[in-house]
Amino acid sequence: MSSFWSAWIIVLTLAFLVGIIWLLRWTMTNFTGIKEGELMDHEFDGIVEINNPLPRWWMILFWVTIVWGLIYLALYPGLGNFQGLLGWKSSNQDVQSIEESRAATEEAREAGLIVQYDREMRAAEERFGPIFEAYAKQPIKELAQNPDATEIGKRLFLQNCAQCHGSNAMGGKGFPNLTDDAWLYGGSPEAIKTSLLEGRQGQMPSFSGQFNEQQITELATYVLSLSGRKVDPELAQAGKQNYAVCAACHGQDGKGNQQLGAPNLTDNVWLYGGSQDAIEETLKNGRRGVMPAWEDILGEDKIHVISAYVYGLSND
Amino acid sequence: MSKNIKHDFVEKRVGWLAIFATIAISIGGLVEITPLIFQDQTNEPVVGLTPYTALELEGRDIYIREGCNNCHSQMIRPFRAETERYGHYSLAGEHVWEHPFLWGSKRTGPDLARVGGRYSDEWHYVHLMDPRDVVPESNMPGYPWLAENKLDGEYTAKKMEVFQFYGVPYTEEDIAGAKEAVAGKTEMEALIAYLQSLGTSLQQQAN
Repeated sequence: MSSFWSAWIIVLTLAFLVGIIWLLRWTMTNFTGIKEGELMDHEFDGIVEINNPLPRWWMILFWVTIVWGLIYLALYPGLGNFQGLLGWKSSNQDVQSIEESRAATEEAREAGLIVQYDREMRAAEERFGPIFEAYAKQPIKELAQNPDATEIGKRLFLQNCAQCHGSNAMGGKGFPNLTDDAWLYGGSPEAIKTSLLEGRQGQMPSFSGQFNEQQITELATYVLSLSGRKVDPELAQAGKQNYAVCAACHGQDGKGNQQLGAPNLTDNVWLYGGSQDAIEETLKNGRRGVMPAWEDILGEDKIHVISAYVYGLSND
Repeated sequence: MSKNIKHDFVEKRVGWLAIFATIAISIGGLVEITPLIFQDQTNEPVVGLTPYTALELEGRDIYIREGCNNCHSQMIRPFRAETERYGHYSLAGEHVWEHPFLWGSKRTGPDLARVGGRYSDEWHYVHLMDPRDVVPESNMPGYPWLAENKLDGEYTAKKMEVFQFYGVPYTEEDIAGAKEAVAGKTEMEALIAYLQSLGTSLQQQAN
């Protein structure tokens, strides 16, 4: 804040305080010439007024609030750029990036200022930091056996992941079930952690330009046959002719490719539905499943614990 | 009757009473509000802040029209309980181009100040059509008509001009391309684009 506006605030605030002290004293002075407790010279419908002062407790309240205000302004930031004798503030509002925010936290700590938010965070870090640090050193497989760790992981999951994958982790249409053994990008601890840290981008392309309606129906029929569904063998056979295009990602045998996030077509697990119509829709419009990246939001230590929880869901 | 009862003056003239009361109250505003109008902290954008694109801007108006701000705040307070859930506390510099700001004070649903990038576009679509499809516990209403209503972009450029007048750094190019950027898109697309932009300028640097 510029010194002009700082002075503006200080002068107006203090002048107002002086003003109300004056007003209080002025209204306490008896200008009427009538003694306390005697009748004032007016009446209305037989009602008269007696010249009584304000109740003492009431007067005292006025003085207390003025004194309180002065003490507050001395201790806490309030008077322009004056930071207050306590060096207290709620948070570092005067920052314009995460780096500046971190630097301000450091600066305030070194200068011995009390930033309420930083203090709260530090207290939590002292309490919870060692727990996460210890967990971070343990392999995910081991951590998944630790009920305390999975309990923490579960809470973090419910907080951040349940919106898509469901509070029971069983997902829904377009959002993978995490409790089964079907993994788009791999179910190893490392693969799960990578999915969480970096996110994933599904890229099933649209084939409506390449194939006509009939060919798409045939392809969908063949895809259904891969998981052992009863289909029209002629249609399926016709679809197989064009399957080479799909095999590039899903493999010749249809077992998918976790490097690409191409799902296994033979396990009868369907992210977007396993009906003839749903598969045709997938072929026509493509699918763009997105797992957001969480590293920036949660940090690696928390993601490590969530990974253990997710790993434990299908690996008891 | 004594002639010395001076407070008679304001007690019998309601107009003067109003004037004196206004003077007394406005001192608070002069001290607390006026300096804010001239401070960097409230006028300087945070690092990386960009104005809403044409589509996001239309999305913001739909957000307001549908009353999203009645249940969702956009203001993360500096408490650990909030920053653990939502990310870095909100800064004044993130809202310098908001007219009006949508901070809100009521949270029937979660705060959305940093919802951008948290969920996929697909999730937002499903969730806005019927929230219970993805969150069975949700009590948020569905907004399926957003997927049907199309934007024509007739007023988009005009809106951007108004914001430009308020100091939002839209270029002439932005304004010229506004209608084209918006026309034919559904309200759903606009709203999702807006939601995906929220809080991202700072969030991308988090942790």
